[in-house]
Amino acid sequence: MKSRNLKAWLWLLPAILFLGAFMVYPLVDVFVYSMEEGYNSASQTFWGTGFYNFSYVLHDPYFLQAVKNTFILVIITVPLSTGIALLISLGLSSIKKVKELFQTVYFLPYVTNTLAVGLVFMILFKKTAYSEGLVNLLINAFGGSSVDFITGPYWAKMFVLCFYTVWVVMPFKILILTSALASVNQDYYNAAKIDATPPGRIFTRITLPMISPMIFYLVITGFIGAFKAYSDAVALFGTDLNAAGMNTMVGYIYDMLYGNSGGYPSYASAAALILFAVVLTITCINLLVSRNKVQH
Amino acid sequence: MKVVLQHLTKRFPNRNKKIKEEVVAVDDFDFEIPDGKLIGLLGPSGCGKSTTLNLISGLETPTSGRIFFGDDDVTDLPPENRGVGLVFQNYALYPHLTVRKNITFPLENLKGAEKLSKEAMSAKAEEAAKLVQIDQLMDRKPSELSGGQQQRVAIARALVKRPRVLLLDEPLSNLDARLRLQTREEIRRIQRETGITTIFVTHDQEEAMSISDMIVVMKAGAVHQIGKPQEVYDRPANLFVAKFLGTPAINVFSGRVSGGKLYIGEDEVLSVNGVEDRVVWVGIRPEGFVLSKDGALRCGLEAVEVMGRDTSVVATHPSAASENIRAIISTENEIDAGSETVCFSVKPKKLFLFDVETEENIPFSC
Repeated sequence: MKSRNLKAWLWLLPAILFLGAFMVYPLVDVFVYSMEEGYNSASQTFWGTGFYNFSYVLHDPYFLQAVKNTFILVIITVPLSTGIALLISLGLSSIKKVKELFQTVYFLPYVTNTLAVGLVFMILFKKTAYSEGLVNLLINAFGGSSVDFITGPYWAKMFVLCFYTVWVVMPFKILILTSALASVNQDYYNAAKIDATPPGRIFTRITLPMISPMIFYLVITGFIGAFKAYSDAVALFGTDLNAAGMNTMVGYIYDMLYGNSGGYPSYASAAALILFAVVLTITCINLLVSRNKVQH
Repeated sequence: MKVVLQHLTKRFPNRNKKIKEEVVAVDDFDFEIPDGKLIGLLGPSGCGKSTTLNLISGLETPTSGRIFFGDDDVTDLPPENRGVGLVFQNYALYPHLTVRKNITFPLENLKGAEKLSKEAMSAKAEEAAKLVQIDQLMDRKPSELSGGQQQRVAIARALVKRPRVLLLDEPLSNLDARLRLQTREEIRRIQRETGITTIFVTHDQEEAMSISDMIVVMKAGAVHQIGKPQEVYDRPANLFVAKFLGTPAINVFSGRVSGGKLYIGEDEVLSVNGVEDRVVWVGIRPEGFVLSKDGALRCGLEAVEVMGRDTSVVATHPSAASENIRAIISTENEIDAGSETVCFSVKPKKLFLFDVETEENIPFSC
């Protein structure tokens, strides 16, 4: 029995080594860093341990701005993108002709590079010396005055960021939802048809419950993904996100490590742990809510 | 409610788009189903029996022909206005709803004057559940039920709106052998109690024969024979029907009629009057053989299988269409398993003659 156990551990050894070195050790290290006060990365010294790093981060106006931005982004984009994706998927699954064409069109953003997409959005929204930007031209055509979406007021920038995020995450959601819709057994719809079920009721009482596990999956991964947003903001507003007031939590962590104000792994670790706590809490709430709502 | 099918035909475009020719799923189905009967649509898979059911339910529209429920022409009505109850092969119970909710689901769709109060719906659901004996399971989810119980819930859901016609698609195919016996009697009982005209589809001839008032044997979209189970068994219209009904299957020989006598090989088996001299297919039911020392049909003995209730004799004959023939004889006959040959005489009522070309039954008298 004992030798068999030994053998099992031996088989597991490569995986344990890799996971330990690249997953467990860094995680432990983050905890250690976050508790070391006054850590100097050049001299590798610190003068005490405690919760000061957390206190500093929580009082840092840049961090608070990043938290606010991240939460706004999450709260707006997750429901919006999931809802629109569901509508588009329903539309896609009810058409027969040119379905493949539309599916390809909707899937294109998924295979397009984030930064390339950011460039396109710049052209759409940015005011330059030569052009007002396509969106502003449209606003002007309808008699409105130009808005500076990239360096202008906060709400305009937030609008662009949300718009961009929704647009980028949509293809994956559409892909998942169309396949979920296609996998609902046609017999359920036939049974409902024979029982004279009106279309609205078919949707709320059959379609929605049947695909609810997939919707739930998208909401959870959507929340996690939106909390980790960073590259989208960089693509739109450049690397100095603090100055633009558009930093996100992950952006703040990155800046603390490598940005202009970089070299503060302790603050970065503390901020990372705060983000971890937030994501964990939200995911737990999601799980609790879904336990009552999601079927099977 | 009688159901009348008039020259019902359904053609599908060919799956392979290069082939222009359409697939005929149902070919000129003409039949009047009397009120309150249980009808079995029987045939091998792909024979169009399920399509026929879908045409009656309205899920498919016929290419030509009419369907009447009583005197109403329902051909152009959508399924929801036909008043049919349909039990799907996989039951199609809504997995996220309890048994009670599943059964009340059709009632909740009623509109206007037909609209029911919650209490009335619940009472109707209870009534339907009692009929199929699942009233103890009302608050369970379908996943917590056995296959047989799910089947009953599906029937209750189909019955709760008091349909004019009840349709069952392969109702027993997902059940194990024991449950199948039980459930088919249950279906018979429910049908008798409600008196609703019921049509069910099956590929299992035993299932169809055992509970149907009438069976319809189909093959490749065409109706081959309609009649009471015993009639169809005793007087098959053609070789296909004869082969399809009965277990063990009928034994087929090539034979010839000469001077009013039927020969299988060199053996003169029977005198058949009213048949001109010709070559024929001869079908003999396994129970049509009688063991007798001076029997006309001399066969090579292969094996004797003791079943307890009766004995099955596996034999060979040079004129048989299949390698072995099988006879079911009473256990009172002692048979020497060591002997090389065995002789049978034949019961005339269990023997049929078929045309070699058309495979149609050739009537004869002894």
